[in-house]
Amino acid sequence: MGGEAVSRFWREIPQRYNLIGTKCKVCNRIYFPQREVCPFCRRKSIGKMEEVKLSGRGKVITYTIIHVPPRKFEGQVPYAVAVVELEEGVRVTSQIVDCDLDKIKIGMEVEATFRRIQDDGWTGAIYYGYKFRPVEKHEDKK
Amino acid sequence: MREVAIIGVGLTKFGELWDKSFRQLITEAGTKAILDAGIKGSEIDALYVGSMSPGRFVGQEHVGALVADSSGLSVMHIPATRIESACASGGMALRHAYIAVAAGIHDIVIVGGVEKMTDVVGSEATNILAMAADQEWEAFFGVTFPALYAMIARRHMYEYGTTREQLAMVAVKNHENALLNPNAQFHRKITVEDVINSPPVATPLNLLDCSPISDGAAALVLCPLEKAKEYTDKIVKIIGSGQATDSLALHGREDICTFMSTVKASREAYKQAGIQPKDVDVAEVHDCFTIAEILAIEDLGFVKKGEGGKAVEEGLTARDGEIPVNPSGGLKAKGHPVGATGVAQVAEIVLQLRGEAGKRQIPDARIGLAHNIGGSGASCTVHILEAV
Repeated sequence: MGGEAVSRFWREIPQRYNLIGTKCKVCNRIYFPQREVCPFCRRKSIGKMEEVKLSGRGKVITYTIIHVPPRKFEGQVPYAVAVVELEEGVRVTSQIVDCDLDKIKIGMEVEATFRRIQDDGWTGAIYYGYKFRPVEKHEDKK
Repeated sequence: MREVAIIGVGLTKFGELWDKSFRQLITEAGTKAILDAGIKGSEIDALYVGSMSPGRFVGQEHVGALVADSSGLSVMHIPATRIESACASGGMALRHAYIAVAAGIHDIVIVGGVEKMTDVVGSEATNILAMAADQEWEAFFGVTFPALYAMIARRHMYEYGTTREQLAMVAVKNHENALLNPNAQFHRKITVEDVINSPPVATPLNLLDCSPISDGAAALVLCPLEKAKEYTDKIVKIIGSGQATDSLALHGREDICTFMSTVKASREAYKQAGIQPKDVDVAEVHDCFTIAEILAIEDLGFVKKGEGGKAVEEGLTARDGEIPVNPSGGLKAKGHPVGATGVAQVAEIVLQLRGEAGKRQIPDARIGLAHNIGGSGASCTVHILEAV
């Protein structure tokens, strides 16, 4: 990405900063990222999708350690990305941080943490969002 | 609905073809297909071309018109349509050309697939390929395309005990097959150890688990079956065509180890063809990464879910196995110019069914299948062909 208007990132702030998803008030399914229409209730869900904040806690479904990154992530290698299933049942993809990469396991409990994700260089915007860290390590620190 | 035949195929060499431009590649493939079919250019009613991202790879959009123009067809003002479906762009172009001929809208249609990927540096190619993933909810966080397949591989190993060695064996087999394909990008035999010791890209996948960045083009000529005999006796007909989708993002699926798009598209194609998976004599499947071939043979129904790794290890998919898979060398070793891939897979199946595949010929191949995936399984086409 590069050369984009900042509005593209600004409009996603509630989702990326605070994990705001949507809940279909017809079937109670929760979605993240937000959906305009519930794929199961379809027209019945129109106007009945309500915003809901997700807990940010979940477990690792699968993961990888990236050694060959996209350009903007060159300074971060090696880094871990995972598919995380949140308590609410929705799955998201992001990085796993604050732990040894070789300690990451399928089933590991993680929680969302607010982090810098990428930027447009020295003079450009900085983009923030969620990453995940192990739950245990965080509790050890207390 | 009319029955549809493929009466001509054309392929360029695949590889880092620094001396060839986008338009030269597709014109070369198209010209070869026209000569192979024995048709005149003036008989062509329409053109479909699959290309994933010419806008980013060579800074050119509007390539339907470009391809018609460069191949000399724009003077006839024929309809020319570019189709995009990430790495399934080629299979999707064939699918829509097939629909047009079957429906009676057009008679003689040329289908092309092309990608010119080496006009950008490698890291930019990585960025462009990641555009097949969900930009806002996967790529934004630093996810690459190999990373998505690596996460599938990790989960497959966890759920089914698939081994690092079994993944490597897919690459070893396909490199060996490519030795017999003069158009292949790689003519280099590799070992399981070579794959395991190659540099990590996204664990557990290494460099030699990944298909390469390639330039290349492929083309086919389609016509109604009843007209095919006017042009050639080497007729291959399309007996099944399926297309399906799934969530754009990998995390949008309940089962990370199954491509439901493959399951749905292949069942649709099998049903139309009136065959079972075991009836397939030869298959070209979408092995953009080693794990992808294991998933493909499971989801196409060649083996049970979870047994793909074992099947590769036991030689089921070797050239002399029960269901030879990727005799061309596959995406892994033949090369993967993304838009060209789906068309080139079908071209290989046509050559196999005509008995013209040279040293890599599968003896007595009568029914062949081509399986093309876009993204991490969000799009799929399956085509089943039969020698007439």
